Amino acid sequence: MSKRIEAKNLDIFYGDFKAVEGVSMIIEPRAVTAFIGPSGCGKSTFLRSLNRMHEVIPGASVKGELLLDGEDLYAPAVDPVNVRRQIGMVFQRPNPFPTMSIKENVLAGLKLNNKRISAAEADEVAEEALRGANLWEEVKNRLDLPGSGLSGGQQQRLCIARAIAMRPSVLLMDEPCSALDPISTLAIEDLIGTLKNDYTIVIVTHNMQQAARVSDTTAFFNIAGTGQPGHLIEMDDTKTIFTTPNEKATEDYITGRFG
Amino acid sequence: MTATALSKSDSLTAGQLPRWSTPATVVGSIALAVLVTLLLGPFNVGLAAVLAFVIYQVVTYCSSGLVEGPRRATDRLMTGFIIGAFLLALVPLIWVAATTLANGLGRFDLAFFNNSMRNVDGVGGGAVHAIYGTLMITGVATLISVPVGLLTAIYLSEYGRGHLARGITFFVDVMTGIPSIVAGLFAYALMTLLLGPGTVSGFSGSLALSVLMIPVVVRSTEELLRIVPNELREASYALGVPKWRTILRIVLPTAVSGIVAGVILAIARIIGETAPLMVAAGFTQSINMSFFSGPMMTLPTFVYDQYAYRGLPPEAFVDRAWTGALILILIVMALNLIGRLVAKRFAPKSGR
Repeated sequence: MSKRIEAKNLDIFYGDFKAVEGVSMIIEPRAVTAFIGPSGCGKSTFLRSLNRMHEVIPGASVKGELLLDGEDLYAPAVDPVNVRRQIGMVFQRPNPFPTMSIKENVLAGLKLNNKRISAAEADEVAEEALRGANLWEEVKNRLDLPGSGLSGGQQQRLCIARAIAMRPSVLLMDEPCSALDPISTLAIEDLIGTLKNDYTIVIVTHNMQQAARVSDTTAFFNIAGTGQPGHLIEMDDTKTIFTTPNEKATEDYITGRFG
Repeated sequence: MTATALSKSDSLTAGQLPRWSTPATVVGSIALAVLVTLLLGPFNVGLAAVLAFVIYQVVTYCSSGLVEGPRRATDRLMTGFIIGAFLLALVPLIWVAATTLANGLGRFDLAFFNNSMRNVDGVGGGAVHAIYGTLMITGVATLISVPVGLLTAIYLSEYGRGHLARGITFFVDVMTGIPSIVAGLFAYALMTLLLGPGTVSGFSGSLALSVLMIPVVVRSTEELLRIVPNELREASYALGVPKWRTILRIVLPTAVSGIVAGVILAIARIIGETAPLMVAAGFTQSINMSFFSGPMMTLPTFVYDQYAYRGLPPEAFVDRAWTGALILILIVMALNLIGRLVAKRFAPKSGR
């Protein structure tokens, strides 16, 4: 179920502007990979290019190769819709669908793609996804109430449940805890630890302690200056990055000397 | 000691007018205004009201300024202006509603809903042909305008960019400003070209009203689609939902309550149109069951016809005109109520 991602010399453009340049990396399955770096360094852009979500912005394009278990995600015949069904995403701010109940939110991916499933099956999928997102115990008695009535942390876990109900092979998380309080953050971090048994997880975070806590591998992105493209500076085991990084820039960033 | 404490600018307490001062000033200024008006000559309500307002403002500003200081006095003065403007805006509304109700109830009987004006000369008769015509013509105009307007709005907010979208936006804006008689002439001319001169029909009336309704629907729907948060679209795309289904299942349902309200307002805007229907749908005294041929009466043209071409006795014609107007107002009110109920039913649930 879990798949490996390989980027080969990837450039990402918004129109003529080159946002990210020359990124090559391997993201291992059944592991958590964290992207850190200062604001505007292209880590979110790179993350969004992994499931072709950056194409939502008009004029965005990509050069280079991006392979999911050897299959090029940007080959001409590839439909971005199918890519996104395999590579799920959780956003910075919790965004449950306001017109839907908790249960409908979890099943949104299936329902919106017009999959016909029986009521019993739907209950099963919803329970499994909510248990997987560690939310079941809190919402099992109010599945038919609107998702927007939950707290911010619960909403974010609802969004994770919505993403894993699709059974993706990769789960991308774009600063999933930046809008949450420490207790909800802890709940999500625990959840990431469990989810990595089944999924390839990529997480963008501004919180370096969080990267150190949850990830197995860490990639550091940096930018030379405004208007310049972002680069991948260094990628290694999280422990190595946070104790003995190879690059001076990485060390400066994680010790708080800049950024 | 207390005097210095009060005059100090950092004092937390300030003088306050007693609670009864506002109602007392209102009553007092009205009484004074009525008295002055009576002394000046025959009683005049409008003059008394203006006078009462001026007296109230002056008295309040002075008394509050003396007791409470300039900031509170200005606050009371502005509050007075705001409430005054509100009452002024309310006057014509209540006046029109009350007059129409008072004059319209005279013929608000079963016969009015049972009879047309066919073979009626003088008393009796009714407006069933006009009610039928209004419902048909407005209904078909809505059926034409809502799909066209909705799809245009979806194109503009979800797909359109570049010259085409800018051009459409421009022409929609221009369409909003078309005088309604021009819309009527357009429908009349179109039917003349297609079916020969002098063709009037209910359908032609619907076309004229659609020209007026489409831009209103486009503008209101486009605004509402634009305020649907982008995060919801992204959340849907990230689940592998195609764009068209995202629009259909996420964007439209999120905005539906506002869209319905906008459509109802657009209907209310066109249901009272008179001029284009005179040209495009014509006049008749009997019910016309054929929507595509022959003239069709509507309530606004009925009111105009009854009032403008009075027979004998003239009161019967004027009474019918009032009742027609009353029914039109009732229909618009009912539409607004339905719109509110529908909007409430579909509004995104907050769950708290």
